[in-house]
Amino acid sequence: MIDTSPSLALVLVVGVLVAVGVYLLLERSLSRVVLGVILLGNGVNVLFLVAGGAAGGAPIIGLTDESEMSDPLPQAMVLTAIVITLGMTAFLLAMAYRSWQINAHDEVQDDLEDRRVARRAAADQAAFADADTEQTTTLDEDAAEVRDETGEPDGAASGAAGPDGRVPR
Amino acid sequence: MSDLTWVVPLPVVLPLFAAGLALALWRHGRAQGVISVVALTASLAASVVLLVAADDATLVLDVGGWSAPVGISLVADRLSTLMLTVSFAVTLAVLVYSLAQGVEDGDAETPVAIFHPTYLVLTAGVANAFLSGDLFNLYVGFEILLAASYVLLTLGGTGERIRAGTIYVLVSLVSSVIFLTAIAVAYAATGTVNLAQLALRLPEIDPGIQLVLQLLLLIAFGIKAAIFPMSAWLPDSYPTAPAPVTAVFAGLLTKVGVYAVIRTQTLLFPDGRLDDLLLGAALATMVVGILGAVAQNDIKRLVSFTLVSHIGYMIFGIALSSDAGLSSAIFYVTHHITVQTALFLVVGLMERRGGSTSLDELGGLAKIAPVLAVLFFVPAMNLAGIPPMSGFLGKTGLLQAGVAAGTWPATLLVVGSVTTSLLTLYAIVKAWNKAFWQAAPVELPAVRLPAGMVGPAVALVALGVSITVVAGPLFGYTERAAAMLRDPDQYVASVLPDGARGEGLSDDVALAPSDTDPQDDR
Repeated sequence: MIDTSPSLALVLVVGVLVAVGVYLLLERSLSRVVLGVILLGNGVNVLFLVAGGAAGGAPIIGLTDESEMSDPLPQAMVLTAIVITLGMTAFLLAMAYRSWQINAHDEVQDDLEDRRVARRAAADQAAFADADTEQTTTLDEDAAEVRDETGEPDGAASGAAGPDGRVPR
Repeated sequence: MSDLTWVVPLPVVLPLFAAGLALALWRHGRAQGVISVVALTASLAASVVLLVAADDATLVLDVGGWSAPVGISLVADRLSTLMLTVSFAVTLAVLVYSLAQGVEDGDAETPVAIFHPTYLVLTAGVANAFLSGDLFNLYVGFEILLAASYVLLTLGGTGERIRAGTIYVLVSLVSSVIFLTAIAVAYAATGTVNLAQLALRLPEIDPGIQLVLQLLLLIAFGIKAAIFPMSAWLPDSYPTAPAPVTAVFAGLLTKVGVYAVIRTQTLLFPDGRLDDLLLGAALATMVVGILGAVAQNDIKRLVSFTLVSHIGYMIFGIALSSDAGLSSAIFYVTHHITVQTALFLVVGLMERRGGSTSLDELGGLAKIAPVLAVLFFVPAMNLAGIPPMSGFLGKTGLLQAGVAAGTWPATLLVVGSVTTSLLTLYAIVKAWNKAFWQAAPVELPAVRLPAGMVGPAVALVALGVSITVVAGPLFGYTERAAAMLRDPDQYVASVLPDGARGEGLSDDVALAPSDTDPQDDR
């Protein structure tokens, strides 16, 4: 029965790498985020090695005794993951450089349209201007324009023209 | 059944080879276009062949002759082939649209040299994800399509695209890391990443570890599929890409996430432990997504929010854990891929005709572009679920399944679905009103819409309408697919015929599984 309990040192390494990676991932500058991505990716790669069981000899028949071989499958998966992370990191760095060229900074920016909608919502304004959502008259002015049966000439109370120029009759 | 397993890798291999060829011919834009169209048409034909063949029996290919689970296997069952066919149809239409746009703009907007290879790599990644029979191959498929999508999203390197692209790349990287962690956990617990063997071994491991694995996978796929609360990245990044790119992303990438959720939920975790959580997430996605759409003033963002919202419908169907619910969810996915892509293509046409995507600046399009008005109206009403179109049929199926389930969360979701449908109608009608019926604030300049761009939009809208016509046979197909998915033993039996090994070479290489414990069994 192979002993599959992981070594504490490796587990601690994974924990530290992932923690530091997540911390850097939450930074504003894209360069630091890229560092965080690399550390996080490498943490998960070491996790794969932990998942593969204890280290051993090269997994080639005839070279190592079969009970002392290390597991080749996680190593293959880790290689694939490393290469993928390599490509993504290169692309992210190119994007950071492009952002630097355009904006003179490489900060990860917020969603501006979302902010605008939220701001207008907080100020209780409509999210968009529309022909029938524009408030051009107040309730009092509207009321003054409406005919009623009191016999008074309308608008006698306010006496002023509405904002659209019409004098209430 | 004649041995059609050689057709199984074609949807992956043809676009990849064509991508290499297109990259080699980067100076010849015309040749690139021809290569892309030929490759995608051939892949579509292969997908249709697989669609018909998979209805009889699941097709399994052990890549390289190494038997599963020693080697990688590609599995074409009813769900995979249906997703493949719809995806390739949609990508082909969008490719023709973008070819016409490139011709029209004289390559001023997009650097066409990299567009075609990247587009083909994207379709190859999507096909690999759909066909994969292996958790790690699924990860590779995801990464292929994600890498291609990063390039397509930031095409041209303008400021707005870099801003949105950064968000998209980082969120996708996080989802990839979580997926990788889940694979590591699965391997540590069971000693395999092959889906069929995982289905056999997972019931034997500690239920706590099963739950951890299920949650990790759901979070990773949930980020990709834009399930609330992991959906905020989608309306931020999708609208900034070029119109055909947004159309393909909206139609395909989120649905790959939904496909992965279906596959893992039905095959690996059939006991339905997290169904209530998924129902809650579905309701939140539906409602929050559509309320976001109602608040938008930009038509591209509005349609992006409706995309998020309707993902909730598909998760609703999956979370019901019944044949009817799953069948309706698969039907809804098929309908939604077509309709959402058609809608984004039409929005691209509107942007071209009207010069802007802001609803404040558009107006009066019904008078100056009546064909465009019809092209918008049909998929928009389809999305909102107006009878007799496929959106209505899909939603009716989901509502029937929800009512049949009878539990109070399902009933709550039925109410939520109807409310979301009404709110979708409200958002769509508002957009229709402002863009097509109300007068434009400023006179719009006359822009010609080339037939090459209108044609694919018409074709996709017609495809969406045709789903209504063939809804009967399609529902029959999805019901058979759902019945097969809900019985994981069928999947396992097709990949591992004797319960331990697939066909192909392996007996001399690895130890027999009966004598040793799982850790040795590779």
